[in-house]
Amino acid sequence: MQTSVINIESIRKDFPILKRKVHKDKPLIYFDNAATTQKPIQVIEAISNYYLNYNSNIHRAVHELAEEATAAYENTRDKVAKFINVKNREEIVFVRGTTEAINLVTYSWGRQNVHRDDIIVTTEYEHHSNIVPWQLLAKETGAKLEYIGVDDNGELILDQLDGYLDSGRVKIVTFSHMSNVLGTITKSDEIIRKCRKKDVRVLVDAAQSVPHMEVDLQKLDCDFFAFSAHKMLGPTGVGVLWAKKELLESMSPFNGGGDMIREVHKYETTWNDLPYKFEAGTPNIADVIGFSTAIDYLERIGMDKVREHEMELTKYALDKLSQIKGMKLYGTNEIAKRGGVISFNLGDIHPHDLATIIDEDGIAIRSGHHCAQVLMERLDVAATSRASFYIYNTKEEVDVFIRSLYRAKELFRI
Amino acid sequence: MSSADIYREIILDYYRNPRNYGKIQNPDIAQKDSNPLCGDELEMHLNIKDNKVADVKFTGKGCAISQASASMLTELIIGKDFEYVKKLTKEDILDNLGLHELGPARIKCALLSLKVLKYGLYSYLSEKLKDTASADRIKEEASGLY
Repeated sequence: MQTSVINIESIRKDFPILKRKVHKDKPLIYFDNAATTQKPIQVIEAISNYYLNYNSNIHRAVHELAEEATAAYENTRDKVAKFINVKNREEIVFVRGTTEAINLVTYSWGRQNVHRDDIIVTTEYEHHSNIVPWQLLAKETGAKLEYIGVDDNGELILDQLDGYLDSGRVKIVTFSHMSNVLGTITKSDEIIRKCRKKDVRVLVDAAQSVPHMEVDLQKLDCDFFAFSAHKMLGPTGVGVLWAKKELLESMSPFNGGGDMIREVHKYETTWNDLPYKFEAGTPNIADVIGFSTAIDYLERIGMDKVREHEMELTKYALDKLSQIKGMKLYGTNEIAKRGGVISFNLGDIHPHDLATIIDEDGIAIRSGHHCAQVLMERLDVAATSRASFYIYNTKEEVDVFIRSLYRAKELFRI
Repeated sequence: MSSADIYREIILDYYRNPRNYGKIQNPDIAQKDSNPLCGDELEMHLNIKDNKVADVKFTGKGCAISQASASMLTELIIGKDFEYVKKLTKEDILDNLGLHELGPARIKCALLSLKVLKYGLYSYLSEKLKDTASADRIKEEASGLY
């Protein structure tokens, strides 16, 4: 009973971790993919192959190992550029993850361009990583942070953006492409169109979108775009910041050190070309190489198929969940408007208690505020439970999950 | 320990009908803390009179374990000698709850109330009673709880 669009059986064979049992004899059902995904054997082998066969530092040495490592590292940059449809490879900057990408922008671009009484606009459904760096910038510069609200359907109230833009003081609008709690897919085109008219910069936090759907940056036309490898089959510690060339050129470096320089003298330094200006120090070579294999894996399946599979699974799960008495589901029920992330509360069972109970049945979900406390306040809850799907999840797993929720209800006598 | 052993009738009853829930006007001790990982919050108020716990109340948001633990702790200490409260240990709390084999993530839920209480006692001992030696000992216990 897999979804009709992809061959899950053969995909599952590539993920060694899915063979393990938890709590002695329960097959692992991994529904915490919005936090991080599992890694296929191909990615694990690509990383170990680097350490086993051509481990060396990149860009400087002239020996064969270094040439191989440099080629593999730079090859990932080309793949990323193609994957998100970017013309200029030098606009792809490797960072540690989405969080670091956003901090790079607030630090380098923000300090140069945001001043007292300017407005930074974010939304109520952001991850802390797209709130806290802007708060720091606002504190430092005297700028003001404003929020686009979330309606009862889990969508942004975009009229509020018009109000902010009309003030003429907005410098940047920053939002997540897909909410990590509600799964809502943001109407990016509309936001970006509005910002373009007022010459306002746009940052898109794509940590939850790039792993799950086709993204075309030439169509999207934002200014900054950030995502993480580990949420799309890749290793932890690698992320991407994409920004338009002229912006990156105008920005000061984030970190100073080796590799980001052209010439260093006692009191003065000139910067290396893009993207190296923003990649100081020895980068995470092994994991960038592993990331390349993750992209290959997703491209082989096809991002349209990934999305279709998740929509089918999400619809299946939402139908079953909504039949459970006492179930409160958050976000829109229009499948086309959301990704494979489902947040919910069941009766008065606290999410931590619920996660503990269903963990006994081998099911890994997230419980808590999901690093989105501003949204929790908006929803007027302390926490939610969250199940999030990926390419290796099946309808049978959803069935086990649903049965486990009924067991939780019994234990809590509801 | 299995969920069936954790979520016994008594734990659920204290979760749904917490005893001593609320606040005290002008308490001798007022202390709050939260668990940054899960967002659970807890505030405890105590009045100390003639070296006894004259009154104790708590408010908070959180899971069944943290809220039941806090409520049962208030019942354990109300009317007790101040010396007894100072000496409360982690084992006393887990005994009281009947929860002994909680994993590392969930034991924090069970011990949040004791942590809040100990930090409250620390402030009271150091600021009001000027008993620095006892205060420092309790602070050390509190920070070493989990």
